[in-house]
Formats: sequence, C-alpha cells, structure tokens
Amino acid sequence: MRIGIDVGGTNTDAVLLDGRNVIGHTKQPTSDDVSSGVMNAITAILESVELDRSQISAVMIGTTHFTNALVQRQHLSKVGIMRLASPSGEALPPLTGWPVDLASKIRGQTFLLPGGYEFDGREIAPFNDGLFRAAVAKCRSIGINSFAVSSAFGPLNSAMEKQAADIIRQEHASAYVSLSHAIGRIGLIERENSTILNAALSRLGQDVIGAFQDALHAMSLKASLYISQNDGTLVSSPYAAQYPVSTIGSGPTNSMRGAAFLSGLTDAVVIDVGGTTSDIGVLSKGFPRESSIPVDIGGVRSNFRMPDVLALGIGGGSKIRLEPRGESSNSISAPHISVGPNSVGKDLISQSYLFGGNTLTTSDVAVGDVSNVPELGVATRKAILCHIQSALERGVDRLKTQSGDVPLIVVGGGGFLLEEPFKGTHQVIRPPHADVANAVGAAIAQVGAQTERIVDYDLHPRDEALNEVKADLIMQLKAAGGQADTIDIVDIEESQLSYLPGRATQLRVKAVANLIIDEGSTASLQTEVHHAY
Amino acid sequence: MLIKPSMLEDYARGAAFLGSGGGGDPYYSFLLAQAASEKCGDFELMPVDELPDEALVAPCGWIGAPTVSVEKLPNGKETVAGLKRLETVMGRKIDAVMPIEIGGGNGLAPLVAAAELGIPIIDADGMGRAFPESQMTILNIKGLYACPSVLTAACGATTVIETDDNHTHERIARSLSVALGGIAHMVEYPLTGAQVKTHAITGSVSAAIAIGRAVSHARKDGQDPFLALGEALEKTSQYPHCKTIFDGKICDLQRETSGGFSVGTATIKALERNSIMRVQFQNENLIALEDGKLKAVVPDIITIMDRESADTITTERLKYGQRVKVVAAAAPTMLRAQDALKFVGPRAFGLNFDFHALEELSSSEPL
Repeated sequence: MRIGIDVGGTNTDAVLLDGRNVIGHTKQPTSDDVSSGVMNAITAILESVELDRSQISAVMIGTTHFTNALVQRQHLSKVGIMRLASPSGEALPPLTGWPVDLASKIRGQTFLLPGGYEFDGREIAPFNDGLFRAAVAKCRSIGINSFAVSSAFGPLNSAMEKQAADIIRQEHASAYVSLSHAIGRIGLIERENSTILNAALSRLGQDVIGAFQDALHAMSLKASLYISQNDGTLVSSPYAAQYPVSTIGSGPTNSMRGAAFLSGLTDAVVIDVGGTTSDIGVLSKGFPRESSIPVDIGGVRSNFRMPDVLALGIGGGSKIRLEPRGESSNSISAPHISVGPNSVGKDLISQSYLFGGNTLTTSDVAVGDVSNVPELGVATRKAILCHIQSALERGVDRLKTQSGDVPLIVVGGGGFLLEEPFKGTHQVIRPPHADVANAVGAAIAQVGAQTERIVDYDLHPRDEALNEVKADLIMQLKAAGGQADTIDIVDIEESQLSYLPGRATQLRVKAVANLIIDEGSTASLQTEVHHAY
Repeated sequence: MLIKPSMLEDYARGAAFLGSGGGGDPYYSFLLAQAASEKCGDFELMPVDELPDEALVAPCGWIGAPTVSVEKLPNGKETVAGLKRLETVMGRKIDAVMPIEIGGGNGLAPLVAAAELGIPIIDADGMGRAFPESQMTILNIKGLYACPSVLTAACGATTVIETDDNHTHERIARSLSVALGGIAHMVEYPLTGAQVKTHAITGSVSAAIAIGRAVSHARKDGQDPFLALGEALEKTSQYPHCKTIFDGKICDLQRETSGGFSVGTATIKALERNSIMRVQFQNENLIALEDGKLKAVVPDIITIMDRESADTITTERLKYGQRVKVVAAAAPTMLRAQDALKFVGPRAFGLNFDFHALEELSSSEPL
C-alpha cells in the first residue's frame, strides 16, 4: 500500500491507496517545521484504518518547500557557477537578467571555462582539466559547497559535464554538484538558470528530504520515500535531494494526475477549483500537457518542465461585488457583477455569510437559500452563477487541445461552483475523493525519463535514432526503479531545424514506467480507460 | 536621441512585432544590449538627416539557425572584430552602425558594437521588417553591393567575402555560418551616409521603440494594447496603416522543413463567428487568407500575437490552441514598389498571388 501526501501552503492532504482503491484520506494543517505536519497526516491516516504499518511499502510526497524558498529568498546557498562554453557565450555571463536581490544571494564565484559542443557534436574547445581544478579549489577556499555546471549543448552530449563533476568530487568531496543536462533542455541561459537555482537549493534539498526521511523513520515506517516532480513523475528521495528544482510546480501536476486516476480518463481537461483560484490544465495520455514558453520562477527565466496551467481568480472563497449596489436587488445584470480575484481564502469559515460572516462569496451564492445568506433575488443569483460559469467555460475552452467537445474532470474543494451542462464538454466527471486529488496524484505517480538530441535523418535513419533513444530511456528508467515491462513512451517531439543542411531534427522523447514496489496496481493507468467508481 | 537601458525592453518588443513572426525571439539580443549598457551607458540613436553624406555606415546582424543561437551564445567580440576588419579592408573608419534587419533579434544586434566603439546607431535598417535571406534587403534591391562583408564567429575566426554577386554572397555566407557552428555575425552592405538616406528604410529603430513603449504602457495602464499598437504605428512615417485582421484560436498547425526553411500553415478559427484564417509562413508569416480571401500579404507585416498580452508569437513558438490576434501593418513604401516586389513580393516566395496593399484589402473598419 502507498501513502500519498501533498504539502500545500495551508493544508497537508494525505491518502492511503490499496492498489487502485483509496481506503483512507485526511486533511491536516501544514506545520511550520518540515516534518511534524507530515507525521500528523500519516498518523491520522493510519488511525483511520486499522492497519499494520509494515504494509505501507511507499510514501510519495509533493511539496511546495522549494518554490517558497525561491519566492521568499530564504535558505539559499552561494553557488560556484561553472560554464563550459568559452569562447562562446562570454558576452552573456551567468546570472544575466536575474533580479538583483536573488543574484546577490546566490552568486558565489563565476567561471567561464573552455569547453562545450557545437550542434554537430564537435567540441567548441577542449575541456581544460587544470583550469577547472583551480576554479574548484578557489571556490572551496572561500567556503562554497554548491556547484552548478553547464556546458553548451550539454543535453546532446553530457560527457564534459560528467568529467567536471568527477573533478569536483575529487577536489571537494562534500560538495553538492548540479549538472545542466540532467535539469533542462536546449536553451543555454534558461537551462543554466535552472541549474544554478538547483545548486542554490541543494543544501535545503538535503535538509527537507532528510526531514521527511526522519519522519518516516520516527514513525517506524519501512516504506520507500519518493518525491513528486513537476512533470507528474516520481523521483527517489536521494534524487530529489540532489535535484530539488525538479519538484517546483508539482502541485498542479499532482492534482491533474490524481484526476486522471480517480476518473479513469487519460485524455481530458481538468479543472481544480480551490479556495482562491481555479487551475485548468489538459491531460494527454494521462500526463499534463507541458508549457512550451519559458517559465519565470522567482523572477528567473528558466526552462523547467512545467504543466501548461491556466489559473483563473475564481474559487470557493472568491469575493463577489455587485454594482451599482444591492445584493437583494432583482435587477442586477451580468455586466455589473465581478467575481474574484480577491478571496477570503482560508477564512471562509469565519468571513462568508454561510458561516456567519458578512462577506458575499461564491460559496454563499452557490449554496443558495441558506438562512445566513442575505436574500439574493432569483435573477441576481442566477446572473452571478451564470457569470462564474461562463468565466470557467471560457477558461476551459482556452486550454482545450481539440475543437470538439471534451470530457471535463472536476477536482478540488470548490468543485460545486461549476454547473452542468458545461459548454464545450460532452461529459462532466466528479470523481470520488476529488477534494484530495493532489495527494492521490502523488501516490499514483510513475517514474519518468526524458532525453533529447539533434539527429540528421539523412545520415542517421529515423527508426535507428528512435531505437537508440528508447534504449537510453529504458536504462534511465531501470536506474530510477522502473519496472521494465511497464515502460511506455508517452511523448515523441520532433522539431526540424531551419537553416541547417540535411534534415537536422531536434528529437525529444519521454517515457514512464511503474515503480517496482507494488506491481500492477497502476499498470493499467496508461492504456486502460475505465471508471474507477 | 539616447536609447537608455530602460528603453531596451520596449525596443525588443517593437522589433519582435516588426519581425512579422520571424527574426527569432529578441530575448538574447536584449540581454546582450543590457549587458553592454551596464558597461558603456546609454546608446546614441542618430536620425538619418544628421548623418554626413560621406560617413561610412556598417549594417550588422547575425546569420544562422535560431535553434543554435540559443545554445551557442556570442563571445561578445564578434561584432567589433568584424567592424575592425571591415575598416582594414576599406581603409577607413566606420562612423556608425545600423541593423541589417529591424525585425526580431537582429533589430538589437548593432547595440553592442555601438556601445563598445562609442559610435552611434543610425535610425534606419536594411529590411524594414525581417526576411529570411540577406539578398532580400532593400540595399540589394537598390543595386548596392553586399561586399566586402565580414563574417566572424565566437571561436575568433574571421572571413572576408568578396564577390560582386549578392546571391552568391548569400550562398557563401550561409555555408560559412554552418561551418562555423550554425551561427555567425555578419557585417555587410557597407554604405555611405548618402546611400543610407536614399536607400535604407529610415526611422525604423525609433518606430520599434515607440511601438514597444505603446504596448507596454497600455498593458501597465489596463488599456487595450492592440489599440495602442495601432495608434503608435500610425504615428510612424514608415508603417502608416495597421489593422487587426483576425481574432481566434489556432486550430491546426502544419510545419515542415523545406530548403533549409521552416515552412508551414497556421489555421485559426474565429471566436465569435464561423470563419477561418490561414496564415502561411516561411520563417516569417507571408500571407493571411480569410475563408480563401486575401487579407494581407508579404511584404506587408503579418504578426500573430497573444490576444491578451499582445506579445508577439514567433512562428517557431506557434502552438495548437493558442488564442491569438493577427495584426497586419503596411510595409514601408519602398518595399511595395514594383522593383522591390520582384525580390520580396508574394511571387518571390512562390505564392501565386499579386501584391495587394493591406489598406486596399481591408474595409474601413479601424483597428
């Protein structure tokens, strides 16, 4: 059995899964320290079902710790930044375009060193062992323990970055090393930015993941610990500790993956209606569609693998304003209604009319004739609901990947705001346990791997290139604990490169596999479409 | 006029619009210019009429594959090295630089050299927008010579090209850029001040800045950025007409590589009515047809923009499902003349259409 946990800003949600069945769930307040909220959630789950804790084989955690650290500029380490690309790239040194406050927190020493590759695989310049060692020694001498290494075209050939990592370990055994090819795709500045952020988070990564591990240990749980990534796959806790940046943005992904699991659908639009926002995303083959435009994290342009999510400022706690006035007026028409983006948030239970407060919220209107709610005229109430509905419908339409009607899965605590029929959909699914879909998403996640290279199909036939890439992915997945016979290629992306001779193509392939720990429980998720309820 | 560091973002935004979907994302050029301004301060933008007739002006830009340019970044010495070599070849000092094309990343390319050499940027360019090949510049159309031209690469390699055929020059330069790792800097079409005045597209740099500023101000003030864009364009001397020709969602996207170019078609479905627009591109957007009816065609500018933010979406970033507005702007008059249409009109791109001006194709409905 597995426990899935989602550590959010307000609540820590947890679910217990036996195979495909959710057999327990809980919502606990998130604690200020790392581990006690997680321990409380696990305790509550175990108390709700009579269970021998030795039956728990894995715990999966999605967390916002690292996002918060970047946004709040806290717990960040100084980084030794090594770029292997010289003589190219010297005009744009690392940290160019960063917010000044964040750059000054993170900048340790910056080195522009010879190395890197051309698009066709030649070296831009040979790696210089002596220069690199001297740079590491310099960093060590001033107390820098985190290193970010990026080489030009590193995602296509990682050899120089790996050579650099070996030297760092020889010269500075206790250092944290972040390598760009393991973090991002083509686009040196964005990939290097992500690598530097990762290096800055690496000590915190050890601490937080270590604290999760300690929590499990303190509770005598022998389960393996996995952490959710932003692309909806899991990584082992040692990997997450090494690559904390990969966990940023896992929240929306987990709720979409949870929605897929709970509904049994693999291709659908998902709307997660929370207290303040509604997050809308698209599931394709059971995974969130990724954003293709650069994503800003803490003000830094980066190329994280992020889900393409549209956040609308409408949730269960959104405030409603009526113009010209009069919540009891019968003559309010739609253009005079505004909903959100302000929300009473977690104070819904004190501020909304429903709970004895005096702020009109979406929840008040949706619930309708409850005695505490000021009497809204039938027409006004209808107009408000219509306003909310059409905003949500427009949002869903914006994210849709096909022009026909699609199935819509509704999750999150505020799902009752959404009415049926819903424009642009042929089916609205409200699966059981929808309010803890994010924790379910963490629990059911698979391991994933991605690879990218530039191939000239004239010289290197497409089938041959694809087979090589697949073999590489299988190796990666096995190393990550994936079960060989469940490996599934979920995405092949080819983009042709203009202005280059031949048929040079950028090939990006992504694969997933079930974790070896509990065979078969989610094996059907990728291919089988049926309802779990 | 001085270009201050705070204006660079607007400059990049305007250059992206004038790229007509091509020319690449100006983000890296913007970062380079920002880095140069940190070292050297403001940039001097010189109006064409202040330029002495006998001055030597060097048009600059990058040649190569946009995909490579985001990975193999400039060394920073390419531009100055190229200019210095051109000075040696021509036996005289370069007095000013200008972008060979205003559209996309190249619109900001000469800023670095201007900062380092302490010379002005001329408020003009060689294309008035972006085009895929060097000989599509108005300077070739007007019979000027591309050579001597100088290619420089991050590795320090410098190549001088000398030929009196501008098409041959484009072929040599294109092959060299591949040999140099897929991206190189090029100084070409060295001009006198008098030639700039008669043959270049003047006012395009200040137009780019004004367009970008209008859009970012509108966004900041919660005004309609498309309205602001149109008003800003109409105030420029070179781009007097502008129109939002379509509003919709990309419902199909086809692309392939042909002859080294990225060609394809974006199909956009109207939001409120039953209508389809097809935008055909070859690196840049070339033609926009609504239900088969011509709405805008090259050399007029056709830019697909995010319908909320008015951010330009370059052709390589177009995606299924994007909600967009298609905005067209009249190309500078020189590009619409008969002699120019042979090089940059629809038939030069293999399209079976004659050129029709945007304002002639559009009803009187304003932007």
